Amino acid sequence: MSDPLPFAPFAPATQPDLDSPAYVGTRKRHPLRAPVKMPQTVTETTGPRFSTAHFPPVADLSRVGGKEALGERIIVAGTVTDGDGRPVPHTMIEIWQANACGRYHHPGDQHDAPLDPNFHGNGRVFTDAEGRYRFMTIKPGAYPWPNHRNAWRPNHIHYSLFGPAFATRLITQMYFPGDPLLALDPIYNSVPDKAARERLISSFEIGLTEPDYALGYRFDIVLRGRAATPMEN
Amino acid sequence: MTVPRIPTSNQTIGPYWHLLEDKSWADLTRFGAAGETIVLTGILYDGDGPMAEGCIEIWQSDPPADDRFPGFGRSGTDKEGRYRFTTLKPGAEPGRGNAQQAPHIDVMIHARGLLHPVVTRAYFAGEALNETDPLLASIDDPHRRATLIARPEGAGVWRLDLRLQGDGETVFLDV
Repeated sequence: MSDPLPFAPFAPATQPDLDSPAYVGTRKRHPLRAPVKMPQTVTETTGPRFSTAHFPPVADLSRVGGKEALGERIIVAGTVTDGDGRPVPHTMIEIWQANACGRYHHPGDQHDAPLDPNFHGNGRVFTDAEGRYRFMTIKPGAYPWPNHRNAWRPNHIHYSLFGPAFATRLITQMYFPGDPLLALDPIYNSVPDKAARERLISSFEIGLTEPDYALGYRFDIVLRGRAATPMEN
Repeated sequence: MTVPRIPTSNQTIGPYWHLLEDKSWADLTRFGAAGETIVLTGILYDGDGPMAEGCIEIWQSDPPADDRFPGFGRSGTDKEGRYRFTTLKPGAEPGRGNAQQAPHIDVMIHARGLLHPVVTRAYFAGEALNETDPLLASIDDPHRRATLIARPEGAGVWRLDLRLQGDGETVFLDV
């Protein structure tokens, strides 16, 4: 059996440092020892497949039981490609977010902002054969968090992607253009490379906007591609 | 014609990932998979103690995933920091070159305060192939190596604690 072709390592400074002191939550949670380098094996180069039969899509977060959530309705769409620019087809994307007032439909969120019975804030979509995805939601609000005095998270939508392998797993957050909180946010700023950081910001796109209905934002995602040559241990 | 692109940066899963949670995902036999059923459980710790809000995911490429066995599971950690999966015992797997890998399951941890996922493995104590497994053999310190090896805790129950930081810190993998 020939060795599986591994996925390429991340480019320097394009992933956040686990030890990011400005984000207080990292202090007791970042490993102190360096990770052990190992060549990828079949365990890392394969990954789960999610069928819509077992995991039905939920692409409209803007209503519950036919009732409209409060807030600014938006469409978020984009493509998922790999590091070689190839589309990643039929891959599952999980999304979750706060409501328009900046509160999560979650018992752990005690922020003094209204809950909306018509907004649960979780969804699941699949890319099509060309790697495209699209969902409808409400623009999430900003909210305070206890990281430091007067800390506020910028508006964001959480994303979870799988891609073709366990090595391509991605957990990220999509931000909105022009948000003044981005410059102050230790989570966003944990990515050292400025260009990489800015790729987490969606772009407003009139072409995705539906007349008389919802503004459109584009958020394209890139997963790890295969390394050009197998890595040696 | 394709254009090389830089992969998207990870960001923390945060404290509200439970909005995704379907507790049935922790049971990889729920679609009717047949085989040797095991429980893989343990406690997740950070530098302060047990962690109640972690998200643990497992992936195993053996037995091969099919309609009845997803190969993938997700378990939150409870108030005591405990995760718990029901799955099928994996068999040996080919490694790189002519190497054989001992039976193992990949384990991924997500949490508030982790800016990207961290990955480790669960091996099983007593497997003959553990002696020659390429990853286990690459870790000289037996105490470090032991952080990758689940111990039996009753019939069919395997225990592997996960420690993000400090004494007994789990060996994490750069893959």
